[in-house]
This record gives sequence, structure tokens and C-alpha cells, in this order.
Amino acid sequence: MNEEDLKQMGKRLRNALGPLKNAELERDLWPEMVRKLDQTTVHVPWFDWVLLAGLGVALWFFPALLPALLYHI
Amino acid sequence: MELLERFTAGDLDAFETLFRQHQAQVYRWVLRILRDPAAAEDLTVEAFWRAYRAHARFHAEGNWSAWVRRIATNASLDYLKRRRPETELPEDVKAVPSPDGAVQEETRCKIRQALSELPPRLRIVAVLALVEEEPYGRIAEALGISEGAVKLRLFRGVRLLRKKLHRMGVRP
Repeated sequence: MNEEDLKQMGKRLRNALGPLKNAELERDLWPEMVRKLDQTTVHVPWFDWVLLAGLGVALWFFPALLPALLYHI
Repeated sequence: MELLERFTAGDLDAFETLFRQHQAQVYRWVLRILRDPAAAEDLTVEAFWRAYRAHARFHAEGNWSAWVRRIATNASLDYLKRRRPETELPEDVKAVPSPDGAVQEETRCKIRQALSELPPRLRIVAVLALVEEEPYGRIAEALGISEGAVKLRLFRGVRLLRKKLHRMGVRP
């Protein structure tokens, strides 16, 4: 396959696809962007939830750990 | 502070300025890959969203335009992978009459079908290199690969395209 083959294939593809329509952006997409940013929620990994649950259980059974935990935080 | 530095620091106003400056350019780039205006709009927003999330990874002295184009190319690639194998060209593109009357509509339809059936990473290179006639260097930059890899993908894409066309009864 040489450059001429590629040119030929390009010509056939362009011919099959036709000219590009709506080549220019016709509206401002910033409002869409703001909507998407607003929808983005903070994703907390499942491992963090497990740690939190473990901590809750530990404090339930050993409430005396709370001052030590607060000290280390 | 410079605009890009403020963006890197996560400043939303700086991001808005960059968005407004580059949205049309990114839209055109994605449209040339997908040839679907609705998908191009969605993916433009998706690309900027990814860019905003990754703001800390951008170096302020870098080329923002090239960076966001690469993100948009990856978003287009993801889109094509998700949509496979039913991805077809939109109806309005199909309806455009060709100036070359010698090629029959049926043949053009088969060529479009064969192109849409290519694996996405080969299809993107074929469209950008052969249809849009983008230089290999620019395609390589947009895909984050070497020029050699672009040429290899193009070679494989065209070979596959020829096989498919041959199977469809179209002289490649």
C-alpha cells in the first residue's frame, strides 16, 4: 500500500461521507457545562464507607476510644 | 495570576473563560471525528468537564488547546467504543448527495457501513488522516501516540476497510 492508494481511499471515503454539515457551533454550550458541573456529586469510594462503618462500630462498643481518637485527629 | 495558572488552581472563572474561547474549536474537532452534531455537542461538554476535573494535572506553561483536544479525542474514542457495534452515521449525513455522480449511492452506503464497522481506534485515525487530511503529527498529538503508531493504525485500518469492501462486493 502506497501514498497513492491512501489518497484513492481518502477520495472514496470523502465521496461516501459527503460534506460536513453543521460545521460551526450554533449555540453557547456554557449553560450545559454549568448543569453538568452542578450534577457532579462528590464520589466517596466504598472503602471509605467501610472504614467509617468500622469506626462507628468501634466507638459503639468502646466509647472510651473517643477522646483518644479526637486527640489524634 | 495568568489565566492558565488560575485554571490549574481550580478557578471556575478562568475555566469559563477558557471554555468560551475554545468550545467552538473543540466542537469542530469532535464533529470531524464523529460527523454527528448532537454527539459532538455532548462530547464537547464532556471533554471540558474531564478537563476541569483534571485541572491540577495541567501544567500552566503547556499547550491548553492541544491538551483539551486530546481529552476530546479520548472522549470521542470512548463514545465510539460504547456505541459499537450499532454506530452508524447520522441520517442527515447519509442524505447529502455527492457531487461525483459516477459513484452509486449503494456503493457509498457500503463504504460508510464498512467505515463504521472499523474498530474505533482505527476508525478515528482513518477519518482524521484520510477524510479530514490532518497531518500525522497532529493526529499523533491528539491520540497521545507516536507518528509511527498513527501510520501503523492507518495501514491496518485501510487494509481492514478493503477486506470489508471486498466482502461487500465493492471493488476496493
